[in-house]
Amino acid sequence: MPDQPLTTENYPLAETSPERVTGHRGKSLDELTLEAVLAGDVGMEDLRITPNALLQQAQIARSAGRAALARNFERAAEMTRVPQDTIMEIYELLRPGRTRSIESLQDTAQRLRREFDAPLLAQLVEEAASAYEKRGLFRNRY
Amino acid sequence: MSNSYDANRWKRFDEWDARPLRHDQFAVEDPENGFSAFNGAADPGPGLKIENGKVSMMDGVAAQDFDMIDAFIAAHHLDMDVAEEAMAIPAEQLARMLVDMNVPRAELVRLARGLTPARLAEAVAQLNAMEIAFAYSKMRARRTPGNQAHVTNAKDDPLQLAADAAVAVALGFDEIETTMRVARNSWSNALACCVGSVVGRAGTLFQCSSEEAEELEIGMAGFTSYAETVSVYGTESAFIDGDDTPWSKAWLAAAYASRGIKMRCTSGAASELLMGYHEAKSLLYLEARCLCIQRGMGSQGTQNGGIDGAPLASSIPGGVREIWAENLLAVWLDLECASGNDARHSESEMRVAAKVLPFLIGGSDLICSGFGSILKYDNSFNPSSFNGEELEEFLVLQRDFEADGGLTSIEDASALDLRRRAIDALSHVLKDLDLAAPTEIMKRSVAVASGSNDTQSFAPRDVAVISDKISRQRITVLDVIRSLHRGGFVPEAQNLLFLVKLRVSGDYLQTSAIIRDGHVISAINDPNDYTGPGTGYRLTEARRKELAAIRNVLDRDEVLRREAASEPAEARAIEYSTMGPAERGTDPHEVVVGISPGFGTRIFRTLSGLPLSKVLKALRDGIEKGGGRMRLMRIRHTADTSFLGLSAARLSGSGIGIGIQSKGTAVIHQKDRLPHNNLELFSNAPVTNLDHYRALGENAAQYARGDLPAPVVVPTQGEALGARFHARVALTYAIETKMTENNASPETVEINFLGDT
Repeated sequence: MPDQPLTTENYPLAETSPERVTGHRGKSLDELTLEAVLAGDVGMEDLRITPNALLQQAQIARSAGRAALARNFERAAEMTRVPQDTIMEIYELLRPGRTRSIESLQDTAQRLRREFDAPLLAQLVEEAASAYEKRGLFRNRY
Repeated sequence: MSNSYDANRWKRFDEWDARPLRHDQFAVEDPENGFSAFNGAADPGPGLKIENGKVSMMDGVAAQDFDMIDAFIAAHHLDMDVAEEAMAIPAEQLARMLVDMNVPRAELVRLARGLTPARLAEAVAQLNAMEIAFAYSKMRARRTPGNQAHVTNAKDDPLQLAADAAVAVALGFDEIETTMRVARNSWSNALACCVGSVVGRAGTLFQCSSEEAEELEIGMAGFTSYAETVSVYGTESAFIDGDDTPWSKAWLAAAYASRGIKMRCTSGAASELLMGYHEAKSLLYLEARCLCIQRGMGSQGTQNGGIDGAPLASSIPGGVREIWAENLLAVWLDLECASGNDARHSESEMRVAAKVLPFLIGGSDLICSGFGSILKYDNSFNPSSFNGEELEEFLVLQRDFEADGGLTSIEDASALDLRRRAIDALSHVLKDLDLAAPTEIMKRSVAVASGSNDTQSFAPRDVAVISDKISRQRITVLDVIRSLHRGGFVPEAQNLLFLVKLRVSGDYLQTSAIIRDGHVISAINDPNDYTGPGTGYRLTEARRKELAAIRNVLDRDEVLRREAASEPAEARAIEYSTMGPAERGTDPHEVVVGISPGFGTRIFRTLSGLPLSKVLKALRDGIEKGGGRMRLMRIRHTADTSFLGLSAARLSGSGIGIGIQSKGTAVIHQKDRLPHNNLELFSNAPVTNLDHYRALGENAAQYARGDLPAPVVVPTQGEALGARFHARVALTYAIETKMTENNASPETVEINFLGDT
């Protein structure tokens, strides 16, 4: 696969370059047939978007001039590695007043880097931490 | 007659008070207290300072004083590469660029990335309502317009959800959204709508509006394909009160994308005002902040334009113009826009229709961010601007303006077939997965029901049990696909698989993505390329015909078919004999009745449904009662009432004639008068009854005697001018005019009443 970033010309991926697209366990779109589902050969994991697909969509978004959307896809690519429960746990922590100190968010950022190889998400959490501190959000709400 | 002449109020005000409009409570403009659409007491002036590549001041606030929203916008929305260039352009110039078809959308979108909320708001505030509407149509992201439906019901009945979802799909909605009356029913609602939405065709996106964590879980199980509940607010206090921050929402935005689920944010005028944290800022400025946050967090789109705050926004002067303006801001910021027209903002149907018009005629990614495809009482969000009740009005508006509102008419028979198919499919899945056992009565009652008041189906408690089972047994969309297949619902199984496969490539995560004909179309491969007439979205001839094809349209053949149905009865009631050319009469008491060419030959009833034999008998009885004698002739050179009457009068021994068209319009004429200066005109055929025709005959006889009778008054509320008659009138009249012959002479007609007429 060439290293040239994808552009709007490659969109929709599923139609222009189906060979680039696979499910989480490497199954191609062509393999995700009704017969395979009936035979029990397809699991929900096979229907999950991959970090690679999200990074490709990020490239396409960027080539359409949508850098902010691309950055979200890049964060999402990292988040594919984070289990559902952890996503919700961190989401909860990011809500106002859920933690009394900046440290728990800073620790979370560290964990995102360490456990999930998610520097962009870590950065988002760190940025939130300093904004919350500045605006006094580490306070009891209920 | 009451004698209330002493009233101290003009009665018209009482009548105005009784109109639905007066249920709307309007509010005084009060910028200090947040009641201002465009000019908040504390709205900042636009401004931006950048030092060392970082924002040091934005809209009058220094960086060290930024609240969370300012900080997020400065960090994530403002594009340093374009900010200085964009902020140097005065608002007036930006406003002109927005309505200039020669300035491409892409250029304005590029500049928007460098504009602060206050400058964005200042620019769109320069535009009047028409300019906003035009700019919206030019600036929206995807070329092809679409629409979104609510599918809910008051009982959370899954069978009805499936049936109504299938109907919504058939109507053409690109997205359907459900929610629950009872929170724990979410899984049941999701399964039911999911199954219903794959009946008929594949590709309708579906969401289940629910608590954040659960909504994501339902999405992970594959039942839903998009979400739009990520709410954003324009003041820090409202945001915190909403129990979120821009960063927690940005986290969710990434979470949805990471699971291959399409997501848009929600915001809209007056939510901060409703929540009590408006900071004395205008609706538009606060919404500009919301939208900059959304763009900054990388949401592909927004649901905005009032939404739940629409009724409050609309109570303020300029509120509806502001709602349009905030939709314009959304598309200028390059966001997909589900453009409100959601929660009904008024009890006045005129206000509702007026508000939706720009989006209907100019298009929108999703014209309504919740068109109630179900009846008002079944809408678990709230009654929408348009609901099941008013759905056909929307279809007709599309036809009137030849504007694509995303919807297509459905036929009686196919609607019932679809509902049955959806109910059968879901019933099978419920039984097959051991979730519930719907009875035949349940299924049959739901199939024909217009709303949940008409059904004998699952009770709310049953639904909670179903929902808990789905969640506890961790049933996924794959279980449902396999179950559908086992039940023989193979196309539905395939459609559902098609939908969940979309998430693998993520193509539908891009801006403004919907599915049409099995393909993802979005702002990338279907960009709005409007640059003037002939560009942008245009109807194909096929689509134009689809929009025109509403129910119950009339044509010439249909008029003749309906008339032919009356012919046998008339043949038993009256016999017309043509006796040759009519001569001028000499009897001073005669009244000549001139009938039109199609009278009793092609057309047999008046517009009020009276058989023409009875009309002629009433005229004769009336003439005789007035001491006259009726002589009948068929006028062949004209079908116009005035000329029928005048021609009759000129051949009448008394100089008085009656002209009557087959549709019942009649006139009394005198031979020396000008064609349109008749003695009496009976133009209201739809409300003219036999007594009126009898009185008409009697008056004609009195004119013949030289008397001056009191003119016959046919009481009317304007019915005859109603749209219910016009097509038939024109077609009937055209049938008659086609029968006329130039210079053909009138013919004497003798009639013989048969039977008991």
